[in-house]
Amino acid sequence: MLWEVFVRPRRGLSHVHVGSLHAEDAELALRNARDLYTRREEGVSIWCVPSAELVASSPEEKDAFFDPAGDKPYRHPTFYDVPEGLAHL
Amino acid sequence: MTPLELADDCLVLGQRLAEWASRAPSLEEDVALLNISLDLLGVARTLYAGIGDEDALAYLRLEPDFRNCLLVELPNGDFGQTMCKQLLFSAWQVLAWESLLFSLDPLLSGVAARALKEARYHLDHASSWVIRLGDGTQESHQRAQAGLEEVWPYAYELFENDPALEAPWRETVLPVLVTATLEQPAPTWRPSGGRRGEHTEHLGYLLAEMQSLHRAHPGASW
Repeated sequence: MLWEVFVRPRRGLSHVHVGSLHAEDAELALRNARDLYTRREEGVSIWCVPSAELVASSPEEKDAFFDPAGDKPYRHPTFYDVPEGLAHL
Repeated sequence: MTPLELADDCLVLGQRLAEWASRAPSLEEDVALLNISLDLLGVARTLYAGIGDEDALAYLRLEPDFRNCLLVELPNGDFGQTMCKQLLFSAWQVLAWESLLFSLDPLLSGVAARALKEARYHLDHASSWVIRLGDGTQESHQRAQAGLEEVWPYAYELFENDPALEAPWRETVLPVLVTATLEQPAPTWRPSGGRRGEHTEHLGYLLAEMQSLHRAHPGASW
């Protein structure tokens, strides 16, 4: 059974997909993920999700899904004057 | 428990587990076993460096000079047998490191703090596999039980010098066996001698393989 592995590198960050692995059950998936993906201190938290349970957009839907956003620059927050001295936005 | 006994346990078991490289049931398990092997090697190196010359201690001694327990030098057998061995040994090692956390020997107390975390994971890994195999299919149950029968007699040696650890060890191991639907073996013999340098024939072959490169090319490195 195939699992997708998500690792959170440190507190405050989101879990990020790092790869997949084979495991017979959830407990084993978590342990295998620990051994495969966090052996060099890459993370503080792991999620394992059965690959079959993932809902994904398909390449054929790409146009309908993503293209309409292409000509809508007003969705980007680029029309504001950033106050002086604001380091982080 | 002397630093040499603890270090030899780790080195010999680490070498044994390394034999699983490329032979484990799955790629994921291959990495898991080698991680454990390298954990053990790391502990052995720290201890050897603390008591003498690492290379000389690991590569230039013969069987009678080694003080590891017999359990760790046993051949791997099948995967079930290896996991049973890991369960019995890791359960003991967790208790051993716990008892050394406040050792007056700074080498031991320092190593124990790090090694305890690793040993707890090794125990967790072995426990989950023994349960999965014992409470699995008929075939896996039979193999796990057979593996347990093979390694169980060698566990008694661990408590010869530290009898106080036997009761808590049973409290760790027996619930795992119950959950795994495995029966506790009732062996009629209790092999021992490892701590005195009296080993099974298996250690000689293991050392020959481990030491051959250093003996042929002393000081070789890469």
